Amino acid sequence: MMTKKFALLAPPCAMVLAAPPAFAETGHPAGGQDFIGLLFVFMLATFIGLMVISRVSRLLHTPLMSLTNAISAISVVGALLVASEQDYPFYITVLGSVALFCSMTNIVSGFLITDRMLKMFKTGKERSR
Amino acid sequence: MNAATFDSVIKIVYLVSTALFIFSLRWMSDPKTARRGVIAGVAAMAAAFAGTIIKPSILGENLHFVALAVILGFIVGIPLSRVPLTAVPQRTALSHAFGGLAAGLVGTAKFYHWYLDAPAELTHFRMFAIIAEIILGYLTFTGSLMAAGKLQEVRFIPQRPVTYRGQNEMNLTLFSVAVTLGVLLVIMPWAGWALYAFPVIIGLSLLFGVLLTIPIGGADMPTVIALLNSYAGLSAVFMGFVLDNPLLVTAGALDGSSGLILAIIMCKAMNRSFANVLFGAFGQVQQTASSGEHKVYKPETIEGAAQILEQAGSVVIIPGYGMAVAQAQHKVRELYEQLRKRGATVKFAVHPVAGRMPGHMNVLLAEAEIPYEDLVGMEDINPDMPQCDVALVIGANDVVNPAARTEKASPIYGMPIIDADKARTVFAIKRSKNPGFAGIDNELYFAPQTFMLFGDAKNVVGELGKQLAGGALGH
Repeated sequence: MMTKKFALLAPPCAMVLAAPPAFAETGHPAGGQDFIGLLFVFMLATFIGLMVISRVSRLLHTPLMSLTNAISAISVVGALLVASEQDYPFYITVLGSVALFCSMTNIVSGFLITDRMLKMFKTGKERSR
Repeated sequence: MNAATFDSVIKIVYLVSTALFIFSLRWMSDPKTARRGVIAGVAAMAAAFAGTIIKPSILGENLHFVALAVILGFIVGIPLSRVPLTAVPQRTALSHAFGGLAAGLVGTAKFYHWYLDAPAELTHFRMFAIIAEIILGYLTFTGSLMAAGKLQEVRFIPQRPVTYRGQNEMNLTLFSVAVTLGVLLVIMPWAGWALYAFPVIIGLSLLFGVLLTIPIGGADMPTVIALLNSYAGLSAVFMGFVLDNPLLVTAGALDGSSGLILAIIMCKAMNRSFANVLFGAFGQVQQTASSGEHKVYKPETIEGAAQILEQAGSVVIIPGYGMAVAQAQHKVRELYEQLRKRGATVKFAVHPVAGRMPGHMNVLLAEAEIPYEDLVGMEDINPDMPQCDVALVIGANDVVNPAARTEKASPIYGMPIIDADKARTVFAIKRSKNPGFAGIDNELYFAPQTFMLFGDAKNVVGELGKQLAGGALGH
């Protein structure tokens, strides 16, 4: 049973196992990054996510997925930062622009299709009106 | 405004955006407030976009690149939001692919930029985050493309699971190589060979995404899509770690936990573990241990079925994906209205895995203008099934198969099902006499109270509706 549970999360588990060396900051400056703070944010956001999502109506699981699609396109922030930084070499600008295109596509199609689907959910009363 | 104040303003905009994202998902708890959730989501995204773009360093010489990417995003995104609802699973998989690619590319760009121009910035922690981001991002990219291809039934992507000896071992070996290289890079981000190891990790992740998805059959796609959803979210979290940005971490974590919950719901609804879905290659042609006895279907005519439906006080319709394939939703709605006119209570029993992604069947029925209060989940309908006069099974098979309760040898044993067999009369519409998606025989079809209506679901349901309407005129 344990091995099965592990296999399910093989990729994320491997990431966690790979983490310890990441915290062995020796020899080089830490770049002033508050990574513990970010880990706190991650943990708390995951708890909030699990609680909020478990209350989502089972009727709306498909729109939920397209909505979270659009929300995870928040990577648009990273893509924008990379694509627009003028000091970066050309190839990085290109990588960033492709990423920006991908994120924008997800934002646009994700929100539009979610709203399109949600419009269809009506009660009998709302329909007869 | 000085630089520090400006920075604080941006951070506060991000904070507001984060709160709006949480509200957006919170309002999805009820169909009444759900559209408000979309508005909150759009507002959150707009705030995040605006908060990023007001940075003075942005919008310099690269403005035309940024503008082009944004415009292209709209050009591709708008048609993608207008696909037919049967194609929503493919669209969703495709957008997971886009999300994964975006994360992978940003991680790649950041690595090369820091490695070549600012090695002091490339801390162990950032290297760890970059590696995690690109592995998850690129494997989500190719994995989701494969899933989308399978769902769209693209010709050169096999529908049936592809398996071979040592498949799982090979996948795990490839994955371990990628992770080991990653760990080495985290320990020595500035090593000379990092420049070469990095593309190898990218290549392995892309390959791993394909290899992970090809052994998975159509019946398991809902779980896989949900899991890839989760991975796309996690890759956004790691991008947040790379870029030192709590907004990305929060939004990514919300997406990651959503995908995880949906994947767990799907697995529970099939009584399978994740490991079994990912590595079990379900949906291969089963060597069914046929009992040898000759079983006979009892066919029923449309007229006969209509007469029984006319008398029914309560009808439960159990739709499966076959209904959507036959485009029968609107005919089902007409039948629903005819039955309601005659005073019958009509409910739709929706199994969590009905359709090709979580919640798919509800959307298909809502599109056919069936009020959502009549869409009932499996747990809620089952206690009422013994009081049900007629259960009408349309294009569903495994989700009503009693073998899941009794047959220990059956591949679907233990899966929770809709208790159609407890209804007084069962009508099952079936296109042919072949077994269903999972390739398993269904005892329900041979039960004493079950009558088969053979034919295309759209025609059969349409004819049933007509018969009932005709009868109404005759009275």
